[in-house]
Amino acid sequence: MMRAAVIQFPGSNCDRDMAVAIRDITGADTSLVWHRESVLPSGLDLIAIPGGFSYGDYLRSGAMAARSPVMQAVIAAAGRGVPVLGVCNGFQILTEAGLLPGALMRNAGIRFVCRTVGLTVENNQSMFTSGYSAGEKIHIPVAHHDGNFFADDATLDRLEGEGRVAFRYAEPVNGSARNIAGVLNDAGNVLGMMPHPERMIEAMQGGSDGRRLFEGLIREIA
Amino acid sequence: MSEITPQIVADHGLNEEEYARILHAMGRVPNMVELGIFSVMWSEHCSYKSSRIHLKKLPTEAPWVICGPGENAGVIDIGEGPNGSKLAAIFKMESHNHPSYIEPYQGAATGVGGILRDVFTMGARPVANMNALRFGRPDHPKMKHLVQGVVAGIGGYGNCVGVPTVGGETNFHPAYDGNILVNAMTVGVADQDKIFYSAATGVGNPIVYVGSKTGRDGIHGATMASADFGADIEEKRPTVQVGDPFTEKLLIEACLELMASDAIVAIQDMGAAGLTSSSVEMATNGKAGIILDMDKVPCREEGMTPYEMMLSESQERMLMVLKPGREEFAKAIFDKWELDFAVIGEVTDTGHMVLTWKGEVVCDIPLGPLAEDAPLYDRPAASKEEYTAWANVKPLGDVPASKDLGADLLTLMASPDIASRAWIWQQYDSQVGGDTAQLSGGDAAVVRIHGTNRALAMSTDCTPRYCYADPYEGGKQAVAETYRNISAVGATPLAITNCLNFANPQRPEIMAQIVGCLEGMGDACRALDYPIVSGNVSLYNESKATGGGSAILPTPAIGGVGVLEDVGKMATIGFKTDGDGIFVIGHNNGHLGQSLWLRELHGREDGAAPSVDLGQERAHAEFVRQLIQDGKVNAVHDVADGGLLVALTEMALASGKGCALEEIGDAFTAFGEDQARYVVTSAAADQIQAAGIPMTRIGTVGGTSVAGPGFDVPIATLRNAHDSFFKNWMES
Repeated sequence: MMRAAVIQFPGSNCDRDMAVAIRDITGADTSLVWHRESVLPSGLDLIAIPGGFSYGDYLRSGAMAARSPVMQAVIAAAGRGVPVLGVCNGFQILTEAGLLPGALMRNAGIRFVCRTVGLTVENNQSMFTSGYSAGEKIHIPVAHHDGNFFADDATLDRLEGEGRVAFRYAEPVNGSARNIAGVLNDAGNVLGMMPHPERMIEAMQGGSDGRRLFEGLIREIA
Repeated sequence: MSEITPQIVADHGLNEEEYARILHAMGRVPNMVELGIFSVMWSEHCSYKSSRIHLKKLPTEAPWVICGPGENAGVIDIGEGPNGSKLAAIFKMESHNHPSYIEPYQGAATGVGGILRDVFTMGARPVANMNALRFGRPDHPKMKHLVQGVVAGIGGYGNCVGVPTVGGETNFHPAYDGNILVNAMTVGVADQDKIFYSAATGVGNPIVYVGSKTGRDGIHGATMASADFGADIEEKRPTVQVGDPFTEKLLIEACLELMASDAIVAIQDMGAAGLTSSSVEMATNGKAGIILDMDKVPCREEGMTPYEMMLSESQERMLMVLKPGREEFAKAIFDKWELDFAVIGEVTDTGHMVLTWKGEVVCDIPLGPLAEDAPLYDRPAASKEEYTAWANVKPLGDVPASKDLGADLLTLMASPDIASRAWIWQQYDSQVGGDTAQLSGGDAAVVRIHGTNRALAMSTDCTPRYCYADPYEGGKQAVAETYRNISAVGATPLAITNCLNFANPQRPEIMAQIVGCLEGMGDACRALDYPIVSGNVSLYNESKATGGGSAILPTPAIGGVGVLEDVGKMATIGFKTDGDGIFVIGHNNGHLGQSLWLRELHGREDGAAPSVDLGQERAHAEFVRQLIQDGKVNAVHDVADGGLLVALTEMALASGKGCALEEIGDAFTAFGEDQARYVVTSAAADQIQAAGIPMTRIGTVGGTSVAGPGFDVPIATLRNAHDSFFKNWMES
């Protein structure tokens, strides 16, 4: 059986939603891991870092969480090739922890934005995006205040050149450089994205485009 | 301790007669700590002294009511949960009006924080936040700032704690220029066998303080002039509290974790009047006494006096009575969540509240007399005739004919009270939790009960202009509109909470509004089997300072809750299928008195408010619910502000499908605001008939415009108008 962990920081608030999505879609044995743990459960096939406001986002979104004990274990696991998915605050934490390039700044419009947005699947060759076709347009909700992806032009050119832009907004949402909504690390086993795939997994939620991320992932892992 | 002078008494907001009551209750002259405690417990906010005799007349019972008014929030039975559990919905609405005018972000944020605590203190996980907002005229110099601040504050708090904000209402009227209203509602879900109450029992049981430390913020607004209370002006802090939603999130998780055990005897949040009201209410409800050691209260700053500790309104704090011997177990949970935990006293059998500090008794109040001697006012109210003369609502008289229904429609769609609220609700995380089935923009918000196929439906409503023109009918209408909105998604309305916002009750005309609205609400609740289980009263909402009307419109905001048995059958407002017939359920009498059309197109707030036939409300709602249950209708929308043509346009905007209308030919039929009406669409007209239910076919779904005799407005044009108000206002 597939094994997954959802990391729980004080202030995480999409931890349950992420665990529900992983369990329902992949059937994985999914445990919640508290931020003070320095050792992860053994044999993990997936680590998810959920959305929310870790440590209140009081210093900088994700900055304190990136330095919590559990993140050392996550960084080590990512280095061994364990898939790591960071959504929203999870994406912010991954950039702060250095697992992904760039930074997520305050939305260009200053205000918090929660709505379902169009995304283009830029790369369907990764373990996270194999459930989609290349260039496919999907719809997934965002809900964030700090989703404005920033990196210098050289980094952006490299990310695009190496196929590490997983998702792009179909139209400007938050001021992100080149409308980038999700990026991969160079090994392809770490994905950070601002939109919430775990909130779009059944008709009642308005669609199931997020479901296919998890379905693709389990096929890749299995 | 300094001497209690008449000036100090007055500074505490107490009149001479009330001070005499304190002397009677105490049997001696109180000290400053005691005076401070009396002043907040006997404030309008805590004692309901002007409204209590009228509130008592409201219906509060039904077989599904588990706990009515009197606790932190109301509790109703919502049936089965996962694995055969029995679930309860716990909910309440509360005002944070004055703080939000002074400091809109923090005022609104702490309003959300306070109502969340009222709900989770009873054992519920909060699953939805709602709100009811009233602002002044948009071109008032302060209003844009206030709207931006309030919306950001509601979002800033709710988004961080991870409770979806799923619905609400927003109105604009010059009567709120100097006094905006921010009413916040939280709905939570609990296991019926895990509901927690506030009665402190068990002599010797430890009293525990958890959450944030106590600071000097929020100490009551009366300007203090006594020697032992901050003679130095530098010591004064703003009277608006500052919220910390991160701590609240930790507090929710820690409390729910502890509540899963059997360690708690009683629990109460520290809301208005902080440690004072929580400790007094817990001891009074338990018919017990209480002793607290003020040296043990976790304080944010050094040198705080018992007076300050007792009157502080620092946020994110709770008071609990634990079973003896469970302190260490409980402390470990709060340590995990990095929250303060302190045993600060114990339950006694003295019937007194005793506070010690530095080894001395600094307060000793008999709790019985504190409650029994509390002032209760039957304030004089103007008669209906006197009120009508004072309110000066002109008769409807001649109504000008509409020259162009399409142009009128565009004006209405762009008007502040009808315009799209997307600018507001896109700043709220409406989907965290993964159970949101319908949010702002439809009739009622719908949130699935986690782990089930059932859902809660919620709506907040009030039409203050109706309440002003006719308090009784307006009170009825506010209740009926929530009933209608909840029915329109297919849910059965079960109970309401209310937030009663009025001006100064010492004016007989304002008292007439209060009495009239409450009578109307009561009659509606009785007729609809829709009891009131919790609520809040906010009086003295008036200000002459800002050039607006001095008193707000009477605004008894209602928050209704219902249950949808199968979320898969939920109805929505958008047109679904080209060719569907469009039908109106209810009587179309063309009532234009107090209508938005008259106000927005002709600048007149004239005429009688529409009357509400409660028998029709109930019959039509039951019929609509049955149609939805049986899958006979494709779209459902209630008819409210702006009348039928606005409702139809909203259905078109929600779907991108237009309609061709036949029966709408003048302002009366297009924009009349008759009550108890719904629009439904169906392919099979003969399937949706019933004896005694008035039903009129008015058109057909299809096309790309809203068209009728003499008008044809493209949906794109209507959408631009609908989106224009907030866009133009906020980007100007």
